[in-house]
Amino acid sequence: MNPNNSNGTPAANGKYILQADKLNVHYGNFHAVRDVSINFERNKITALIGPSGCGKSTVLRSLNRMNDLVDTARIDGHVRFYGKNLYDPDVDAAEVRRRIGMVFQKPNPFPKSIYDNIAWGVRVNGVRSNMDDIVEQALRGAALWDEVKDKLKQSGLSLSGGQQQRLCIARAIAIRPDIILMDEPASALDPIATLRIEELMTELVKDYTIVIVTHNMQQAARVSDYTAFFSVTPDRTGYLEEFGQTNQIFTSPQSQITEDYITGRFG
Amino acid sequence: MTRESFDLQLDSLQESLLALSSMVEEALLESVENLKRRDVAASRMLIKRDKEIDNRRYAIELEALTLIATQQPMAGDMRRLAATLFIANELERIGDYAKGMSRVNIRIGDESLMKPLIDIPRMAAIGQSMIHRAMEAFVTRNVELAYAVIDDDEAVDALHDQIYAELMTLLFQDVSKIRQANLLLMAAHNLERAADRATNISERAIYSVTGEMIDYGWENDVS
Repeated sequence: MNPNNSNGTPAANGKYILQADKLNVHYGNFHAVRDVSINFERNKITALIGPSGCGKSTVLRSLNRMNDLVDTARIDGHVRFYGKNLYDPDVDAAEVRRRIGMVFQKPNPFPKSIYDNIAWGVRVNGVRSNMDDIVEQALRGAALWDEVKDKLKQSGLSLSGGQQQRLCIARAIAIRPDIILMDEPASALDPIATLRIEELMTELVKDYTIVIVTHNMQQAARVSDYTAFFSVTPDRTGYLEEFGQTNQIFTSPQSQITEDYITGRFG
Repeated sequence: MTRESFDLQLDSLQESLLALSSMVEEALLESVENLKRRDVAASRMLIKRDKEIDNRRYAIELEALTLIATQQPMAGDMRRLAATLFIANELERIGDYAKGMSRVNIRIGDESLMKPLIDIPRMAAIGQSMIHRAMEAFVTRNVELAYAVIDDDEAVDALHDQIYAELMTLLFQDVSKIRQANLLLMAAHNLERAADRATNISERAIYSVTGEMIDYGWENDVS
């Protein structure tokens, strides 16, 4: 971790902000993910796709140490953020999650006002001043400001599903992370709200690096720059089958397994 | 199999494309036969029949676009559909060359030919074979065959050059034949273009299998 970098400004000059290297995840005796190595390029969207149980969400959760919260989880290998292994003993997991935020499948705003949904996380991180500006900036960044500016004191739960998800994105970006992880962020939304989130992602990627898990292949094809296709061995261990530029994966995949999956003939 | 109905629709589209190819190959050979036999009435009929080729091409295009819109094809499926759209267009244009040959015959009218037709039917035979094998390469996903078809284009170009030289020589001997010589050159040019389209179809057959876009002969075009 680079302690001098607290506002999303890249501190390292390398192309890759995050690098998973021979990542293995076990839940108890179950080998969930095997030898996954991927480099995530800065200010790009990388989509993780694959059939159920292929380990894509497990990999995503390993990228900001969310799996620490699972008692039986064991991680081997490295996840390097600006070159520093996130699993080194001197790394603070809370700081990791501040710098690498996450947006979940189901919008999960706090049962608080729209304003407080954003201000709370910022306050927890020790910022007290200019809160109005920070809230406005975050809501603008999440393309929600115009819809909620006159009702900031209303409950976050009063918003529609799509708006709630954008509120969660605003909450994530208010603390200025470097990377936003998204775990099927639009799967609970209607098609219009889904397209709005996708449009938002293409705006956000100018300032952030995004890694998204999605079951929707058209979504991966529409929004991402890179696509990682995960598959699963007969003993149910997930592994990375193919990684490449999204246009290549969806027009001319190298692997027959990838081809069969994305053309809907397997999985 | 999880996409049986989609696979059936793809197969049916391929059948339609093959049917279009047969019509076009037949039209091309017939147009030369009519010229050889000096059968102007048959040429007029052939021009009328071109409408059928056009209609089939539009039907294939519509079917392919419907599959793209409703099935969201990816990867190999998408390449196959994109190639189908392109090939249908190329076949329709070859149909237009058969129409062009027919117009030549109509314009020569009841004049007798200034020379027996030998190389023009040869060009047509090679061109038809190229179209047929290019379609076979596409359907059977045979990249090697597609490259072999592309190689044959040189033979057609050589015949075209030969016809040009021969007609020029005859013109020097009898300048009054200038109109007919010009029309026969036009006929040869139509056949030369038809073979180029067969080359394009082969390129798309290769793309459909490998995902690689090649433009064979580009160096020759610019040199």
